[in-house]
Amino acid sequence: MHRRGVGAGAIAKKKLAEAKYKERGTVLAEDQLAQMSKQLDMFKTNLEEFASKHKQEIRKNPEFRVQFQDMCATIGVDPLASGKGFWSEMLGVGDFYYELGVQIIEVCLALKHRNGGLITLEELHQQVLKGRGKFAQDVSQDDLIRAIKKLKALGTGFSIIPVGGTYLIQSVPAELNMDHTVVLQLAEKSGYVTVSDIKATLKWETERARQVLEHLLKEGLAWLDLQAPGEAHYWLPALFTDLYSQEITADEAREALP
Amino acid sequence: MDRFVWTSGLLEINETLVIQQRGVRIYDGEEKIKFDAGTLLLSTHRLIWRDQKNHECCMAIPLSLVVFIEEQAAGIGKSAKIVVHLYPAPPNKEPGPFQNSKNSYIKLSFKEHGQIEFYRRLSEEMTQRRWENVPVSQSLQTNRGPQPGRIRAVGIVGIERKLEEKRKETDKNISEAFEDLSKLMVKAKEMVELSKSIANKIRDKQGDITEDETIRFKSYLLSMGIANPVTRETYGSGTQYHMQLAKQLVGILQVPLEERGGIMSLTEVYCLVNRARGMELLSPEDLVNACKMLEALKLPLRLRVFDSGVMVIELQSHKEEEMLASALETVSEKGSLTSEEFAKLVGMSVLLAKERLLLAEKMGHLCRDDSVEGLRFYPNLFMTQN
Repeated sequence: MHRRGVGAGAIAKKKLAEAKYKERGTVLAEDQLAQMSKQLDMFKTNLEEFASKHKQEIRKNPEFRVQFQDMCATIGVDPLASGKGFWSEMLGVGDFYYELGVQIIEVCLALKHRNGGLITLEELHQQVLKGRGKFAQDVSQDDLIRAIKKLKALGTGFSIIPVGGTYLIQSVPAELNMDHTVVLQLAEKSGYVTVSDIKATLKWETERARQVLEHLLKEGLAWLDLQAPGEAHYWLPALFTDLYSQEITADEAREALP
Repeated sequence: MDRFVWTSGLLEINETLVIQQRGVRIYDGEEKIKFDAGTLLLSTHRLIWRDQKNHECCMAIPLSLVVFIEEQAAGIGKSAKIVVHLYPAPPNKEPGPFQNSKNSYIKLSFKEHGQIEFYRRLSEEMTQRRWENVPVSQSLQTNRGPQPGRIRAVGIVGIERKLEEKRKETDKNISEAFEDLSKLMVKAKEMVELSKSIANKIRDKQGDITEDETIRFKSYLLSMGIANPVTRETYGSGTQYHMQLAKQLVGILQVPLEERGGIMSLTEVYCLVNRARGMELLSPEDLVNACKMLEALKLPLRLRVFDSGVMVIELQSHKEEEMLASALETVSEKGSLTSEEFAKLVGMSVLLAKERLLLAEKMGHLCRDDSVEGLRFYPNLFMTQN
């Protein structure tokens, strides 16, 4: 009986078969790339048509923007990944969010000396609106969140911390772990927190509470008030709303960047 | 406008602030009146307006007097507005800015934006009607709207019908846009599937796809916004576009870098470059991907990532390690310095100042003193003295 697959001849034959298979494989990929290129052109046309009818809708309607973003996410597409992407070029979503990113950075930088790099989404929203001026398009809080998520790529420690019914935006690479976050959430209602508050609500020991508060002080996120009635109050400037008398102007925001 | 009452602007017990917005003007019906620049506050119980120039001038309307609200989009030269339709004022109403008004509605004009959020919150409060559950002092309590039947004038029914029609119209526009969007997304999903299939082929045939084809593929992914599923990194996730961008960056950043001591954080670069462009802005990822190619393209700038994760762009000629010697000198002269103090002395951003001091500490030149008063750096005497 003929033995299969042994001997120099068989090896050579096998190699030839493999080479042919690989060749076909390469051709297959080439085909698919050509197909993708064609489909891409078609898609571009479809997108252009969509843009001509609904570009305004996206610009003006924040709810529609949310739906658009959610649908993209569902199918695995990131319309904001690149300014060179079709979505950005044709729908103009890119410029909207990237510019918002710049404005967010400027506001956070301008206020950092006051709040240590921690700010509520509300206040950020107000300040960004102020900076954008009267003739610019309105932005929603959802827009801000999406812009901030993109900024994370720059490695600067932007993060979004849920507290109460809203969010705190952190713009400096300070180390905040679960304990710190939980205390921030506790402080959200009144803008400050005490060791007793923490012990009563979170059932922690004194030492754990003190360590967390000391860390917040060190990072400049909390201010110590030793003159408060009873025990020391730890205030979080990020959580003050209209207690600020000072306001920054758009120019001050821009100058904050060295 | 005759529904407003003068108020101190202070919130009552059990009354909570929901949202506030500067730059709001009030219209009596369609007429402009003297209240043209104020801060509008929404609480659980009232709408309060306070004059920005004269804080004494402060007035409020209880939310219980609101029939319904509508949005009016912005136009050329016109700010976005919220129209608030009101029930008649109760007979025992406290004094306010107007005794009488022929209009049963007011308009709130948002000259400094914020209309979207305000409308959302106001709608929420109108739905929740928290003022009904949480009573406040006498001065705020009014009738819970008119008694059914008698005061419900024909005018209001007409308005409600118009609102319903407008809602249907808007819904139609939205649903058409939404339908078109859904169809578009189906096609986009096909592209995603196709790209996954190609990616699998590339992965299986390691080395059999040419560089050229890989670059082509990457640019297709870039156009669609699909994440690169293939981890074969020749230029990271870079494409031709990013290579060009990298070269452009050199031109844009050379001088600013020299002005800033040879080093800038990526955030600063992002802002600087996009502010300069004005249009066709770079996404954060575009910038990072372009910077990742600097070294490979042998350009005079480089990307550097510190231990903390902070990313910077440096001139190739910049040697951070050499800056450490002068940093040590500066700290020694002053005895000790915090990042903020050092930043001010040297003229750097606090972020980069901190990185330099941390690097000096890592190299053993400096010691830290970490306390509630902040992080302070001292010359490391353990090394120098014996």
